[in-house]
Amino acid sequence: MRSATLAPPSEDKRWRLVDATMRRHGHSPNALIETLHTVQESFGYLEDDALRYVAKSLHVPMSRVYGVATFYYFFSLKPAGEHRCVVCLGTACYIKGGKAILDTISEMAGIKPGQTTPDGRLSLLTVRCVGSCGLAPAVVFDDEVKGRVTPPEAIDRVKDWF
Amino acid sequence: MAINMDELKERVVASQEADAQFTHSIRVCMASGCLSSQSDLLKKELEAELKKRGLEKTCQIKGVGCFGPCANGPVIAVEPNGPMYQEVKVTDIPAIVEALDTKPVEKLVLPTDTPFFNRQVKIVLENSGKIDPESIEDYIAAGGFEGLVRALHEMTPQEVIDSLTKANLRGRGGGGYPTGLKWSTVAKAEGAHKYVICNGDEGDPGAFMDRSVMEADPFRVLEGMLIAGYAVGADYGYLYVRAEYPLAVKMLKAAIRQATKQGFLGKNICGTPFSFEVDIRLGAGAFVCGEETALIASIEGKRGQPRPRPPYPAESGLWGYPTLINNVETYANIAPIIRRGMEWFHDIGFHKNRGTKVFALSGKINNIGLIEVPMGITLREIIYDIGGGIPNGKAFKALQTGGPSGGCIPAEHLDTPISYESLSQLGSMMGSGGMIIMDETSCMVDVAKYFMEFCMDESCGKCVPCRVGTAHMYDLLSKICDGSATLDDLALLEQLCDVVKNTSLCGLGQSSPNPVLSTLRYFRDEYMAHIVEKRCPAGVCKMKHAVEA
Amino acid sequence: MATVKTFKINDEDVSGREDETILQIARENDIFIPTLCNMEGLSSVGSCRLCLVEVKGWTKLATACVTKIQEGMEVYTDSERLREYRRMIVELLFSEGNHICAVCVSNGRCELQDMAQILGMNHLVVPYRRPNLKIDASHERFINDQNRCILCTRCVRVCDEIEGAHTWDVMGRGIEATVITDLNEPWGASQSCTTCGKCVQVCPTGALFEKGKSVAEMSKKREFLPYLTSMRGNGKAK
Ligand SMILES: Cc1cc2nc3c(=O)[nH]c(=O)nc-3n(C[C@H](O)[C@H](O)[C@H](O)COP(=O)(O)O)c2cc1C
Ligand code: SF4
Ligand code: SF4
Ligand code: FES
Repeated sequence: MRSATLAPPSEDKRWRLVDATMRRHGHSPNALIETLHTVQESFGYLEDDALRYVAKSLHVPMSRVYGVATFYYFFSLKPAGEHRCVVCLGTACYIKGGKAILDTISEMAGIKPGQTTPDGRLSLLTVRCVGSCGLAPAVVFDDEVKGRVTPPEAIDRVKDWF
Repeated sequence: MAINMDELKERVVASQEADAQFTHSIRVCMASGCLSSQSDLLKKELEAELKKRGLEKTCQIKGVGCFGPCANGPVIAVEPNGPMYQEVKVTDIPAIVEALDTKPVEKLVLPTDTPFFNRQVKIVLENSGKIDPESIEDYIAAGGFEGLVRALHEMTPQEVIDSLTKANLRGRGGGGYPTGLKWSTVAKAEGAHKYVICNGDEGDPGAFMDRSVMEADPFRVLEGMLIAGYAVGADYGYLYVRAEYPLAVKMLKAAIRQATKQGFLGKNICGTPFSFEVDIRLGAGAFVCGEETALIASIEGKRGQPRPRPPYPAESGLWGYPTLINNVETYANIAPIIRRGMEWFHDIGFHKNRGTKVFALSGKINNIGLIEVPMGITLREIIYDIGGGIPNGKAFKALQTGGPSGGCIPAEHLDTPISYESLSQLGSMMGSGGMIIMDETSCMVDVAKYFMEFCMDESCGKCVPCRVGTAHMYDLLSKICDGSATLDDLALLEQLCDVVKNTSLCGLGQSSPNPVLSTLRYFRDEYMAHIVEKRCPAGVCKMKHAVEA
Repeated sequence: MATVKTFKINDEDVSGREDETILQIARENDIFIPTLCNMEGLSSVGSCRLCLVEVKGWTKLATACVTKIQEGMEVYTDSERLREYRRMIVELLFSEGNHICAVCVSNGRCELQDMAQILGMNHLVVPYRRPNLKIDASHERFINDQNRCILCTRCVRVCDEIEGAHTWDVMGRGIEATVITDLNEPWGASQSCTTCGKCVQVCPTGALFEKGKSVAEMSKKREFLPYLTSMRGNGKAK
């Protein structure tokens, strides 16, 4: 078991959560993904400073931390927009018109899937199946899952966000 | 705590007596599907309504797991013998409560004497929609932990493995590998430690079976892992669950807490020398982590990249120790087999395919939702009897099974009985259980392109054929879809399918050509229409150079 | 004591210790199996897929660099089908990057180029993907041109397993994957790099090379890494 002797990058209280996760796993290098989950959840994204801090605390090489952070889609290196619109492109949703919803929003907001509007208000994202196949096509507006969405309805929901 | 069979039985009685104090019980589905139509709010309002009427002592409210008909949510059921209600709104609550002792509220009733309900056989889902997943007492009352207690007190590890072998249980994660054989390999392997892993990554788009099991009956999964730990000689287990399933994670965490408190997890379980602990690891959005060696890498905190097998995890898995890895649904079958006996299990199903399989029906079908059927039932029975056929008078075109590793099955093969072998022969596979029904408005080339895009995005990038080959195949399919492909492009696509299938390192790459190969096999004319006539028969693809009519 | 196993490669009787791979025994017996990602002395990853061989009775091809030998197995290292697959794999590698040999520092000394010649690849049926990747010349002595990288990860492994620095790793996934130094920072700014140059010497292509070399001048010096051998031996041009 190794101990953390490092001070967090800032005074921010959220680092305590990150430290707690690392402590729970005895600062083992195996805890890298669990720790990145906590950083992502607490800060909304993974900043370079955070990656450096996690790398040093867990004794994992920088390049490996970066490799892991960019391998998994759940982690993002940039802050997300204020609002998130996540269109499900699971098979059931695709068959029932998820792509049309995505294309419509993408065109109206002028951003491609995966991008955030220049003013940082809206991120347009896609996901492979939110598990709401029964209600296809599904879209997640901020944290709310909506089923049986039509393109006009989707536009109605997001139009104030860009 | 030394729990034996007698004590377990006593607790069953106690729990049943507690329930018997109520004259009615209303079960509200709290699984992800119904939650997305606010069933949590519904439950709160129901409780408030009962309180207002002073009925909280006579009518019980229970949050339960999925009932199955997910598209009709929120779904609730009134017990005993009461009706099931669908698409219930908060404004319906007073009428429902008033109707408790009288005739059901007609307009909300979801008929249950239909093939959707009575053609199903439930083993894995037997508690789903019945018990409160957060209550260990509920689970015990339904026969929970009887299998574990029997295994620990009455059976040797070898006897446990033998019953699975004789029951002919096969892995439900897609490959259908005999579970008994896998367990005995791990049991025989030598190692200072051994691990048991439950694969709850469920990455196939269009599949939500494992999520339902974890949400509705988390103790069942734990019990399966515990029995596995005892049988193979492991002392630690990991549940690898995808991060997209927060509710399942919450349920499993609560279950681990309660089971530990009650002595079903931890040191000297049920007074025996057997000790076992379980921890949860979250996926982070990578389909390939469902592959066992990638999943192990991910638990070790690394990039989820597969490695060549052999050695199989059974010999050298997590941190180099012998590791048993099974799917959620496989573990969910263990306790009932030990509790009810292998003969009972072996009587369900046909040939080398025993027991049941859970499927998630979605797409262009009337009854969308979760079903459990005996092996050997035909595809037609599933689609037309249980599934209620195709909506809006459209014609059936293809059934997609096995997700991005599977294929599309056309109408002429609908009378095929379901088995691991029969689906592979049709160029598809059992997969984990997603069934997506497509009607005449779907373009098969577009579907193939959709799956190829998925494989390209999810390729881990380690090996050359999958990393580069899927990108080329995707480009070729895009060209076919926009009408700019030639017959040479089609020939190249077929050549790439062959190379990628036979030379890729892991199952993702090896099976990525399947959707293309199966659609080429059954719907080649659609490819030809796109290439030669520059026309999409289903009217889905937008042609770059549409021919003038 | 490891036991000895006897088996056949291309109908010839051969033997080896049970912990040896098909590739090791083939090399001992001067039987050629093409490889790119493999390098004796480093861990094996089995990622280039060139070393696939047929084993009688197996439904799938075997990865020679990682598959341990078994008593009585019958291995075939060459067939029309294998040649076809290997050629296509090398084509895929050429199509993935920008391998313009005529202007490459490693021209004539490149393992990828060798492989294309050995396998008789003379044109590409798959289209070039023409990536536009970064060229990092920030290091005082070396240059990293990602357009010529075949993701064999030899640099990653030698840096981690031999030098112990772990400056390199792979970022991203799928067709977007690339090798990086530290937090995807300029190589020259790397805190962990010891400037030992092992990565440059093991790189099979012109992706990593020494500054000041021009076309066809970069031959890789493997003499100082005597325990590492790849298909091209210790780096002396054949
Ligand atoms: C690309 C890929 C994805 C997979 N995804 C899953 C999955 O999501 N869930 C699962 O149980 N098995 C998945 N598998 C199969 C597992 O590797 C493994 O065979 C399975 O978990 C074994 O369990 P079983 O014997 O109980 O079926 C996947 C395999 C591959 C190649
Ligand atoms: S087949 Fe694809 S997913 Fe599997 S190891 Fe190769 S690149 Fe990775
Ligand atoms: S830079 Fe060279 S050694 Fe490193 S992965 Fe690329 S080709 Fe291989
Ligand atoms: S896969 Fe064996 S040498 Fe590359």
